[in-house]
Amino acid sequence: MTVRRQRRSETFLALGLVAPAVILLSVFLIYPFFKNFTLFLYHAPPYPGLPSKWAGLSQFFDTITSTSFLDGLKATVLYTVLVVPVGVFLGLVLAVAAHQKLKGMAIYRTIFATTAVSSVAVAAIVFGTFMNPVLGLLPWLGIDTNPTILQNPTWAMFAMAIIGLWQFIGLSFILFSAGLQSLPEEVLEAAKLDGASPAKAFFTVTIPLLSPTIFYVFTVGVIAAMFTFGQMDLLVGPGAASAVHVNTLAYQIYQYVVTQPNPGVAACISIALFILTAIVTLVNFRFLERRVNYDA
Amino acid sequence: MTPDLSVSAVAQPKRSRVRRSKIASYLVLTLGAIVVLFPLYMAIVSSLLTPVQIGQQPPLFYPPSPQWKNYGDAFVGGHLNTYLWNSVLQTLEIVVGSVLTSLFAAFAFATFQFPFKKIIWALILATLLIPFEVTIVTNYQTISSTHLLGSMWALTVPFMASAVGIFLLRQAFMAIPGEIREATILDGCGPMRYFWRVAVPLVRPQLAAFTVIAVLGAWNQYLWPLLLTSNDEAHRTLQIGLKTLNSGTFEGYGVVLAGAVIASIPMLILMVVFNRQLVRSLTGGAIK
Repeated sequence: MTVRRQRRSETFLALGLVAPAVILLSVFLIYPFFKNFTLFLYHAPPYPGLPSKWAGLSQFFDTITSTSFLDGLKATVLYTVLVVPVGVFLGLVLAVAAHQKLKGMAIYRTIFATTAVSSVAVAAIVFGTFMNPVLGLLPWLGIDTNPTILQNPTWAMFAMAIIGLWQFIGLSFILFSAGLQSLPEEVLEAAKLDGASPAKAFFTVTIPLLSPTIFYVFTVGVIAAMFTFGQMDLLVGPGAASAVHVNTLAYQIYQYVVTQPNPGVAACISIALFILTAIVTLVNFRFLERRVNYDA
Repeated sequence: MTPDLSVSAVAQPKRSRVRRSKIASYLVLTLGAIVVLFPLYMAIVSSLLTPVQIGQQPPLFYPPSPQWKNYGDAFVGGHLNTYLWNSVLQTLEIVVGSVLTSLFAAFAFATFQFPFKKIIWALILATLLIPFEVTIVTNYQTISSTHLLGSMWALTVPFMASAVGIFLLRQAFMAIPGEIREATILDGCGPMRYFWRVAVPLVRPQLAAFTVIAVLGAWNQYLWPLLLTSNDEAHRTLQIGLKTLNSGTFEGYGVVLAGAVIASIPMLILMVVFNRQLVRSLTGGAIK
């Protein structure tokens, strides 16, 4: 075989190896993502099978100024604000406490990681059952369950957030533990030898060195939170979600695909939600970039 | 630690400080562990109670007469036996599919030169920015228009490629020294033989890490199975089965919680056995 022929057969081989992944990613991620940008220009027909009517950009602006969208936006932001900062903080505190060569640390690590492998369905069922007034736990603790937490417009979102927080702590803990392990041991030792108190060493040495991890955990948490809808679906349902203010934007996309099919509006919300996450990621990055110490 | 008498005057307060911080650590960790585990513990206890016992006040913190029947009811009456099998099949298909396509693509990117390589790579990386949630409108139409709908493949084919997997494995393949490949070429070993016999065994750690996270992701999937199997009992996965179990009020909460315990056991085992791989894959390359 000549060198050139071998080259050519290698090229074919390489393209053949890449093809399955590229075709699948194109069909199920890239194409549907861009399809949103044609779908959102058309009104869904009143009956399936009829031609779609051109709407132009008006449908997008009507959608994102509608009360249901704005309520969904509020719910999504509130959920994110309730879950992410607390989850980042608790994960960091637990990871710092576990970052010592003490007996039994492996057990603690395993315990905290359990929440990261629990599915949203499991977490929602476990918490949802105890929030149900039929069960004895909450009334026994003196918590008034009339109306039940899940039907209470003020408290339903907190219930959703507790479930999300419980799940997020595990991931936050795992990421911070790995971050702490990668810190240069000498710097921390030097701070100790200089007589810095543990608290002072933590705030002036550990935190700045850990800032890339903090930034990363924060971003991962925000993006996950902005697409949350599992516990809302399992415990509240599409009918009641907006009445108790937990009808997040991701949940609304699902509803416009299944419960009240409307591809045009679903595409509008998808685009809006995508833009929001992109902005949040970018702002996070810009804002934190200046304070983040990447030289570690 | 070796005791050094000459500096004991200095060391003394320091040692007590170390001890205090140790105690503080244990306190924080134990408190955290209790808060994290309490809901799971109560779920397990309540999964073994009768409906009357569950409503009891004060609540029971242990099962006085474990109702194993709840687990049987969840499996048979709640159809979890079918859903469990579906979840196993779904996870298997997604994991085998995404591991194979990622291995192939990653190997090609790390080993060969080919036309449009840079553009295709950029395309793959770009998919990392697209959340699956914003693609469901069209994906639902795509799957509905094929004969995949109503089969397990509808649940799994969309997830048989993973940019994360390609990314992790490409880095692993690139870390293999070039001399190894050259030596195998001199021995007359073809590229695919090199791939299966030499390269794949060398990237086993990264492969294991990706497999673990692929299993976890597939098993815990909620959105896509919900879309497809809410009305399709024959292909319903365990996660969606939990939802239907929860909405059927006749079963009783003990049975529902038994279902939740059944659904979480495989992932808890996975986490305990493959903790290191899990941590490696969750942290990816993002943390130095």
